[in-house]
Amino acid sequence: MTPRISGAEGRVVTVGFMPLLDSALLVAAHEKGFAERQGIRMRLVREVSWANLRDRVAFGHFDAAQMLGPMVVASHLLGQRGDAPLVAPVALGLGGNAITVSRPLWQAMTQHGAELGAPPARQASALAAQIAVRRRANQPPLTLAMVFPFSCHNYQLRDWLQGAGIDPDHDVRMVVVPPPMLVEALRTGQVDGFCVGEPWNSLAVDSGLGTIVATASEIWPQPPEKVLGLREEFLEQHPQLCRALVRAVIDAARWVAEPANHVELIRLLGHSRYVGAPERLLAAALEGRIVPMAGAPPLQRPEFIQLNEAATVPQRAHAQLYCDQIARWRQIAATAQDVERALQSFRPDLHAAAVAEKLDAVPASRLSP
Amino acid sequence: MSETALRVLIVDQNMARASILEDGLREAGYRDVIVVRDMQNLLHRILAEEPDVILIDLENPNRDVLEQMFQVSRVVRKPVAMFVDRSDRGMIEAAIDAGVGAYVVDGLRKERVRPIVETTVSRFRAFEKLRNELDETRQQLADRKVIDKARGILMKERGISEEEAYELLRKAAMDANLRIAQVAQSVITAAGLFKS
Repeated sequence: MTPRISGAEGRVVTVGFMPLLDSALLVAAHEKGFAERQGIRMRLVREVSWANLRDRVAFGHFDAAQMLGPMVVASHLLGQRGDAPLVAPVALGLGGNAITVSRPLWQAMTQHGAELGAPPARQASALAAQIAVRRRANQPPLTLAMVFPFSCHNYQLRDWLQGAGIDPDHDVRMVVVPPPMLVEALRTGQVDGFCVGEPWNSLAVDSGLGTIVATASEIWPQPPEKVLGLREEFLEQHPQLCRALVRAVIDAARWVAEPANHVELIRLLGHSRYVGAPERLLAAALEGRIVPMAGAPPLQRPEFIQLNEAATVPQRAHAQLYCDQIARWRQIAATAQDVERALQSFRPDLHAAAVAEKLDAVPASRLSP
Repeated sequence: MSETALRVLIVDQNMARASILEDGLREAGYRDVIVVRDMQNLLHRILAEEPDVILIDLENPNRDVLEQMFQVSRVVRKPVAMFVDRSDRGMIEAAIDAGVGAYVVDGLRKERVRPIVETTVSRFRAFEKLRNELDETRQQLADRKVIDKARGILMKERGISEEEAYELLRKAAMDANLRIAQVAQSVITAAGLFKS
């Protein structure tokens, strides 16, 4: 029994999430009672778009939400015309993204040296060679998809491309496609590849339409990913509640990190209320067994996704990385002052305080219903 | 340019709601209303039509597609999410509550957009109400069928009148804190077990 931080006293906290593997900490915090033990009655609401999550947090429909790290940073960079300023007091994991290409594109890439499980740089070189072939044949540029302009998916895909001399803004067409539509977009040839979180890569592979060419942890070491985002104002008004929420997520991370709990976790996530994907695909991704192509043996990528306590620290270095990427790809021309505020939006101090606080030991009988 | 000369583009995969919305805007005097249902060519349509206002159902994941498009768009006039202008909190909250998202071309005066959003919000609500009523009617109809069947079974098995059978179901439902239709369904299920 985890002792409880005082001050949350049975308040209902509404938290938005997207049906992705890395909603795991929020689902566990709720389903396994870690939120309740902090005196929080958590209400999880599934959403369909990142823009909705952002707007619903901004207008107080949601108290907090699973967010893409760069969304939190971007909320400070838009100056006067900006969204509600957000903060990230806890992260929801590291990694979990992968790059998948269509089977026809993969077939072409193998002519230029691509191989299942080869290092990402080699796969990207093969793609560059194929792009050159297409250009000589006057074929239209390839279309690559990601999930949101301010996302690690966008930046990882761009880094991977640029490493092989492919200019993501000129040599390919970069588009946003919502994850639930990606497999269909691959089938109909609307996109030739994408960078997305699980279970969507595995679903594309499983349906025989795609080949995974790289995982995020091969492109960026220890790749930051989702955070719990909330309004700055909400944090100021409810500091104890936020601390309790952070603690609940950390406790959930400890539970999720135990391999003995994976069967139960996967069963929860597989439910249609949450991720609603086949349990075998979720389990393989969680354990870093990446099947790159239908019928191929799995690649061992133990660092593919990290859902543990260490992965819940919202590091300043992550905020810095996002600011750099936003500037590098000319998404927002921000002032130095805005950048400074953006860096401060990641709050490792709040995380540390939630871990370290001497917790009130409250008997279970006194917990709010 | 008069107020009603704005070009309004509706992105909605729900055909019934889209037409209710389109009619509403036309009644309000907006002549330039375009409805897009085909999500595959969403970007091309928006680029080609150059709308002043874009309305989208919040349940549509394509909102993220629009966000990207407006983020990278440097050639076309650049719409921004209505939610960015938070000075009109009441209107925006009403929109989110009703499930409406809106994007407007940057610089368009709020007073010009407001009536469009208000019309949309009230039409969305009217549609929801219609749908709820329809669901309710369907449910009632389904309930009635189940109850009638269960009543028939009870009348036959216990040799009681129609009224007595109904009263029996009603009382059992009250005692168990269930809906009458739920009890009726159990009666039907149980009778099926006894039969075979």
